[in-house]
Amino acid sequence: MTRPGTEARPLRVAIIGSGPTGFYAADHLLCQQGVVVEVDMFDRLPTPYGLVRLGVAPDHQKIKSVTAAFDKTASHPRFRFFGWVELGKDVTVADLREHYDQILYSTGAQTDRRMGIPGEDLRGSHPATEFVAWYNGHPDYRDYRFDLSAERVAVVGVGNVAVDVARILCRTPEELATTDIADYALEALRGSRVREVHLLGRRGPAQAAFTNPEIKELGELGGADVIVRPEEAALDPLSRAALERTPERTTQKKVEILHSYASRPPSGKPRRLDIRFLVSPVELTGDAEGRVRSMRLVRNELYATGAGTLQPRATNEFEDVPVDLVFRSVGYKGVPLPGVPFNEKWGVILNDKGRVLDPETRQPLPGEYTAGWIKRGPTGVIGTNKPDAAETVACMLEDLAAGRVLTPARPESTAIEELVRQRKPDYFSYADWRRLDALEVARGKAVGRPRLKFTSVDEMGAALGRG
Amino acid sequence: MHIGRILAAKGVNVFTVRPEQSVGEATALLAEHNIGALIVVNELERPVGIVSERDIVRALSRDERLLGRAVTDIMTHDVVTGLPVDDLMSVLNTMTEKRIRHLPILDGGKLVGIVSIGDVVKAQLDLYQGEVETLETQIIAQEH
Repeated sequence: MTRPGTEARPLRVAIIGSGPTGFYAADHLLCQQGVVVEVDMFDRLPTPYGLVRLGVAPDHQKIKSVTAAFDKTASHPRFRFFGWVELGKDVTVADLREHYDQILYSTGAQTDRRMGIPGEDLRGSHPATEFVAWYNGHPDYRDYRFDLSAERVAVVGVGNVAVDVARILCRTPEELATTDIADYALEALRGSRVREVHLLGRRGPAQAAFTNPEIKELGELGGADVIVRPEEAALDPLSRAALERTPERTTQKKVEILHSYASRPPSGKPRRLDIRFLVSPVELTGDAEGRVRSMRLVRNELYATGAGTLQPRATNEFEDVPVDLVFRSVGYKGVPLPGVPFNEKWGVILNDKGRVLDPETRQPLPGEYTAGWIKRGPTGVIGTNKPDAAETVACMLEDLAAGRVLTPARPESTAIEELVRQRKPDYFSYADWRRLDALEVARGKAVGRPRLKFTSVDEMGAALGRG
Repeated sequence: MHIGRILAAKGVNVFTVRPEQSVGEATALLAEHNIGALIVVNELERPVGIVSERDIVRALSRDERLLGRAVTDIMTHDVVTGLPVDDLMSVLNTMTEKRIRHLPILDGGKLVGIVSIGDVVKAQLDLYQGEVETLETQIIAQEH
């Protein structure tokens, strides 16, 4: 048999998940010289872009501009999109093996890690990602409810999701009205009675995960004063020594900004954003109705591990903080895909540099690959997935050259299309998405917003004139 | 970023040898798996040392019959280990300062993997490259 990758018989690749990683991988594959590749991208939602549409904060439109590059990739004649087609439900791994030479899983990390403390499941205690998906108009989360009559909110964590949630809670309705936040979320947040937001970091200012632009933005909110306690902004001796030994400009800058916040008097804005360091929640307590009312924090101290990292260790000093709403953001975790080997320990697909491994033999499974957060876990920024996808694509091309590909019975591109039509007649193509995109932008323009999102599949179907 | 993330995409994470095994056996393992170091573990699978290609080369220059001797004679006994939650940057600094090329990673006292200085540098480079990529995309989009 001749090797796929020619005009007569292109290399057929299925990409599962249409987030940044899926597009970066598609772009690498389609740009190959000397190998003709056809890419079909599947997503369980009708719309592409993954977390760029449904994770990146609505007041960070600039970050979303990366979608222009994705659209360019999608305009390639050998690229197709099958939206609202779910792996394990509408198509199976067995179906894919029958139609493709190679399969790439890039489904991201979809759930939150738990804090593992008593009271975590009280009413009013939520994973931060559910709130994010809700305000971004994710069809699966649009009917979620968050009690914004709460006055006091705790956001656990200081990574970018935690910072986004705290910032959105502190934004004024006027600020939010210029974003593409979901319409229902804008309405709900208009009626918000939130007055205090506590952003809780378990380590010190020098170790906090947020970036300097993120922390600066918190100091420039129209409707909230940022509060940092001088004693928590001050570096402990270990952090100071570490920073002196290896002076990193970004960390120094971060510490400087936080110091400036600590010496800034509150200006009387209606909300306060309290950034805390060296504290961890140890228990949530509720009222008779099971609603969260209070959070117990333990003060941490830092110690150096054998490899030189400063880690938190609980002291026996406690503090009770009244809170009515809690969002936890202590890390994302991948979800196993039906029929794909999973590495429970790290919460990723079992893989070596992107090659999916057989759990028994620990040898690569022919034709199956992974990239992005479901390959390595949730690290870095959007662009970090580009070198990651490139590493996986390099493995795919190496295996193609060595003849280690699947042997699909029905490799013609029409065959899978027929199957999808049969299983999911109302799937969404990329042309459908471009029409929805134009409609969203037009609806937004009419009200002075970058776009007004469709947030349910029915709405999207109706907008396209489907019955 | 935590160094545990490096292990997530590393497949088979760690190769071990017992202290009483011969240097010859250790050398064969290094060659077979195309790696630079082996973790030496006791019968409870606890790390008791590390033996690297450098250890072997140096010992060989002093003793031509090295291959028949036990790993324990030439291994580094005092091993610096890491935790999955250790920060990438501080691990990079520690490995550079102490000239460590391989860091065994323990979780709850159990050996769960090994990261090399190459792994750590690559992870750091990918993070930088990702940031540059993201910024570039935004700048280009603003120009249009």
